[in-house]
Amino acid sequence: MRNLYAALAGAVFGIGLMISGMTDTTKVIGWLDIFGDWNPTLAFVLGGAIVPMAVAWQLTKRQAAPVMGGAFPPPPEPKLGRDLVVGSTLFGIGWGLAGLCPGPALASFSYGGIGGALFLLAMVAGMIATPPVRRRLLPA
Amino acid sequence: MEMEYIYGLLGGLLIGSAGAIYLLVNGQIMGASGIIGGVVDGTSTGQGRTERLAFLVGLIGVPALAALIFGAPDTHLSSNIVVVVAAGLLVGIGTRLANGCTSGHGVCGISRLSLRGIVATVFYLLAGGLSVIVFRHLLGVI
Repeated sequence: MRNLYAALAGAVFGIGLMISGMTDTTKVIGWLDIFGDWNPTLAFVLGGAIVPMAVAWQLTKRQAAPVMGGAFPPPPEPKLGRDLVVGSTLFGIGWGLAGLCPGPALASFSYGGIGGALFLLAMVAGMIATPPVRRRLLPA
Repeated sequence: MEMEYIYGLLGGLLIGSAGAIYLLVNGQIMGASGIIGGVVDGTSTGQGRTERLAFLVGLIGVPALAALIFGAPDTHLSSNIVVVVAAGLLVGIGTRLANGCTSGHGVCGISRLSLRGIVATVFYLLAGGLSVIVFRHLLGVI
């Protein structure tokens, strides 16, 4: 059952990304392009997504445990750290370059063509390469 | 108001609802980079791994079905292979270093007022804006 609900969440996420236009890289780059033909769609997407999610976080305070058992995630870590800042900056550069982030890259796998598959392949390679990159770039 | 904003809002509500299901039912934070990252780098094992794989099946499979029935939207991705590969590598490394992307830090983090989520979002938005200035307006490669 856990897997079925996970698949359902993935499906709703994917359809949401598709309908919202977030798999269209011109809309994403258009949002980031404040000196060009600025496209505010992403603000509506993020705004729309935060509302049900904020309600869900409130509900976790009244509910003892997740429906399928286990525990809710612990409160967010207060520590920021270099990894967060450096990582988010690198991610932002790549996001601006292609107009794809991990969710939409996955959701558009079936219709993103060879370019989309190539992006995913490079993204997965980057993810696998992260532990050694972290040791080099950000030694503890 | 333009139709694309309405679709954006509708799609956004679905994205947030998906995150709400994953949190309230499965007890997990819906972060796309963490879900795929844990599967490909082998840090996620056992039931957690199966659950992530199920999430990915829904995330990839259902838009594929929708594209088949209603037609596939155009992604307008750059045809420059160097740009696409460099962007993919940066997104992969960056999101794993930061331990989150637009869904984990952006949607799930901001909605619980997590300082890490808010700071990450500020940095990837600023870096994304700068990236477009440099690569589109200065270098003209995108």
